[in-house]
Amino acid sequence: MPLNTQPNIENPDAFYQRLVELHQDRSEEQSRLINASLVLLLANHVGDASVLEEAMRIAAQTADQP
Amino acid sequence: MMKTYTYQTLPAEPLADRKSRRPVVVAGAGPVGLTMALDLAVRGIPVLVLDDNNTVSVGSRGLCYAKRPLEIFDRLGCAAPMLEKGVSWKIGKIFRDTELVYQFDLLPEPGHQMPAFINLQQYHLEDMLIARARELGEGLQLHWKHKVVSVQDAGDHLRLGVEAPDGLFTLEAEWLIACDGAGSPIREMLGVPFTGRAFQDRFLIADVLMKAPFPAERWFWFDPPFHRNQSVLLHREADDVWRIDFQLGWDADPVEERKPERVLPRLRSMLGEDTAFELEWVSVYQFACRRLDRFRHGRVIFAGDSAHQVSPFGARGANTGVQDADNLAWKLALVLGGKAPEALLDSYDAERLVAADDNIGHSSRATDFITPKNAASRAFRDAVLRLARDHAFARPLINSGRLSTPTPYPGSPLNTPDTEPFAGRMRPGTNCSDAPVRAGGEDGWLLHQLQGDFVAMVLGGENASEDLDVDGVRCRVLRIGADVEDSEGLIAARYDLRPGTTYLIRPDQHVAARWRAFDTRAIAAALRRATARD
Ligand SMILES: Cc1cc2nc3c(=O)[nH]c(=O)nc-3n(C[C@H](O)[C@H](O)[C@H](O)COP(=O)(O)OP(=O)(O)OC[C@H]3O[C@@H](n4cnc5c(N)ncnc54)[C@H](O)[C@@H]3O)c2cc1C
Repeated sequence: MPLNTQPNIENPDAFYQRLVELHQDRSEEQSRLINASLVLLLANHVGDASVLEEAMRIAAQTADQP
Repeated sequence: MMKTYTYQTLPAEPLADRKSRRPVVVAGAGPVGLTMALDLAVRGIPVLVLDDNNTVSVGSRGLCYAKRPLEIFDRLGCAAPMLEKGVSWKIGKIFRDTELVYQFDLLPEPGHQMPAFINLQQYHLEDMLIARARELGEGLQLHWKHKVVSVQDAGDHLRLGVEAPDGLFTLEAEWLIACDGAGSPIREMLGVPFTGRAFQDRFLIADVLMKAPFPAERWFWFDPPFHRNQSVLLHREADDVWRIDFQLGWDADPVEERKPERVLPRLRSMLGEDTAFELEWVSVYQFACRRLDRFRHGRVIFAGDSAHQVSPFGARGANTGVQDADNLAWKLALVLGGKAPEALLDSYDAERLVAADDNIGHSSRATDFITPKNAASRAFRDAVLRLARDHAFARPLINSGRLSTPTPYPGSPLNTPDTEPFAGRMRPGTNCSDAPVRAGGEDGWLLHQLQGDFVAMVLGGENASEDLDVDGVRCRVLRIGADVEDSEGLIAARYDLRPGTTYLIRPDQHVAARWRAFDTRAIAAALRRATARD
């Protein structure tokens, strides 16, 4: 199955709010740790190397955008 | 300062015969040069080893010796003292802070002669290799304080400049095996590039003599209370000596950190104020992963650290170097005997470059985990370590060094590809798995039956021929069930044998080809391919 980049989250605003809340009152170091853990948990759930590769490719591109 | 070991000064005897052309000169009597010399000598090739020094390894250095090199040492007749003196282990534990987060077992399968690993100080290992070399008599000459200082290609031979205690002389050799270590002067003489990555970290290595309650396991701590924000590795060595590695970081001063007044407090905070210990050896290291573009340069062939260098996490340096020697010796013996073309030596490059890249890959990844290069990779590393305690998925991501295992050569030009399906892992290019056997009324091991020549191993073998001679290269026939008994059925299981199944096995105990029936013509063709003659 290819990486799904179509809207797939049932309640986008609620999800986004949760994501931001995760970092409330956290130091920068703690935040980085939380994000890293999240990436690892979700990556393991996905498992499929080609899907992960595609996600990493798109993610890396965001840093090169003007 | 050493209590458990006294260095002998090895005799710097002058080389009497400086005139006759040597088939092989080995430069460097480290673990790799000595293995190379032993393997050539047991194959009947006279060999001269020159070493610029007159002691064995200064410091314990290479400590963990893996199953495959032990099998090679066994083939060369010197594994027994190593097993007796070395500390056998197979369990590795990983701690974060004070908590055990992960544990691995390196040899979960029974039915192998050799343990997963032994720990043995490199000076002991070299002493044992030298003792074995002395048993082999005139065929293997060792000359200490003889330094190779120049190499000149004269077409069908080399002219080597040698600096000896009684002066400089020239020696002719058909082949030079450069086993002169990571700083290889011969590499410099040839001007061949040695490229890769250096890692920006430093490690303190302390060998400590103490009676301690730790088991014979590999213990690795990330961020322990006694050495915050860094890693520590603990190994048991022979003679109640313990190896402790402290990660120091790039900013540490390598000269200061070696001083007892810096080392002792680190050890006390780890071992506790009440533990009595003495320092045996201390050193500070930084690491690099590099290799040559190719290992054969005409009549000069590089093996061991001179050809490739890795970081010590994973215990790969000497272990893989010994496998270089295992790969090269039988090939060189056939070429020198006029039974195979020089092209066979190019397969040493093809096969051992793959192994070097495999090792460098493993060792670089481990170093990146242990020494994260930026805040993001440190966050991933720390996240993995924290998740691992409760969540199994994170445990295989922990990398404190993947311990040395042999690299198979599935793409080797010497292999004959399978034409029929086989189960299991013994595909062409793989080192042979050991298994218990009964031979001549006694219990033994399969690998003892696969020594010296090529072997055609067949299950049953009622239709098998006598030993074969393929254009002068001998191939022994080993009938499982008749010549040896598969006492626990593990040969059949590990090699997916059915009656008639035949394996062609190389002199370095690697599978060259396999079939479901014994066919002398197929064996001869595969043997020609495995000796680069087709
Ligand atoms: C701290 C540490 C821990 C390690 N742990 C492990 C481990 O657990 N397992 C493992 O497998 N490996 C380990 N290694 C690596 C291991 O020590 C090396 O890979 C191994 O010594 C390489 O063997 P070698 O024979 O290629 O070279 P060396 O052992 O370096 O031997 C080279 C020899 O060549 C001689 N020489 C140099 N120049 C010349 C010349 N011009 N003429 C003649 N002779 C010359 C030198 O005197 C020396 O005797 C470790 C290394 C370190 C530093």
